[in-house]
Amino acid sequence: MAEVLLPRKMEIANDPSKFGSPDPLHVLAVDDSHVDRKFIERLLRVSSCKVTVVDSATRALQYLGLGVEEKSVGFEDLKVNLIMTDYSMPGMTGYELLKKIKESSAFRQVPVVIMSSENILPRIDRCLEEGAEDFLLKPVKLSDVKRLRDSLMKVEDLSFTKSIQKRELETENAYPVHSQLKRAKI
Amino acid sequence: MQREVALIKQSLFDQGYLDEQFMELEELQDDANPNFVEEVSALYFKDSARLINNIDQALERGTFDFNRLDSYMHQFKGSSTSIGASKVKAECTTFREYCRAGNAEGCLRTFQQLKKEHSTLRKKLEHYFQLARQAGPKETARRPK
Repeated sequence: MAEVLLPRKMEIANDPSKFGSPDPLHVLAVDDSHVDRKFIERLLRVSSCKVTVVDSATRALQYLGLGVEEKSVGFEDLKVNLIMTDYSMPGMTGYELLKKIKESSAFRQVPVVIMSSENILPRIDRCLEEGAEDFLLKPVKLSDVKRLRDSLMKVEDLSFTKSIQKRELETENAYPVHSQLKRAKI
Repeated sequence: MQREVALIKQSLFDQGYLDEQFMELEELQDDANPNFVEEVSALYFKDSARLINNIDQALERGTFDFNRLDSYMHQFKGSSTSIGASKVKAECTTFREYCRAGNAEGCLRTFQQLKKEHSTLRKKLEHYFQLARQAGPKETARRPK
């Protein structure tokens, strides 16, 4: 009996894909410059992130379902881990976008990074005060993106690790007789 | 052939047409995206041609709306920075300084210089990319997968 059950138990314990793996970070990038959009998209893809790029703050709000006609239907599943926005954009600026995001209940927890070609201290202060996660000087470096990704992955890993531990506990409880086999898993 | 490509690229850096940002762009190329820099470059020249046109028209009007001109030049400088177009970027900076000083003559003079640098860079990069394509992927694709 034990031999029949053993392989299956080992399979569950040793196959991480059964628990799934952390999803890649999904980043929403906002920039009115076509060149900069292409650049930031590439930086993010090279850093193994899933990317959505839009050309204005208005479109970003629409994407998030925070547009003029605010619709919450269908946006509960939208998972955005990071928003990176240019500061100077025609119409709504990155700063105004930041404020709108921090005002929304659905997305205020999402870190927002401001990018700007101008190193203006009061501007930086204002953005950080409004809740920006970081302020990056353009041109953005790959190392900047990787640093952001790594710090966000730590948060994701933490919650992922906790969900793994929870699943393992549940599995152990389902097979109490075989609990000694768990020590054999990787 | 690849050596020729390498030499051309080196001279673009040595003569100050391109700066480190261009190298950053090359670092983002790989086997799956071997033409990334050329694509960005094409986008840049398309965008900047439009901006040059807008600025030409604005200057022709003779009214010198310095705010508007500065705004155009801010965009121009931004994309020039992103691609590593060093000399063009420098002309943009000078132009903006003249805008802030309300110096129409300075703006006109600088803009002529800017257009010249822009045109030179476009020709040199077109030549470089053409040779690089002929030489094969080894020279352009830099980042290991």
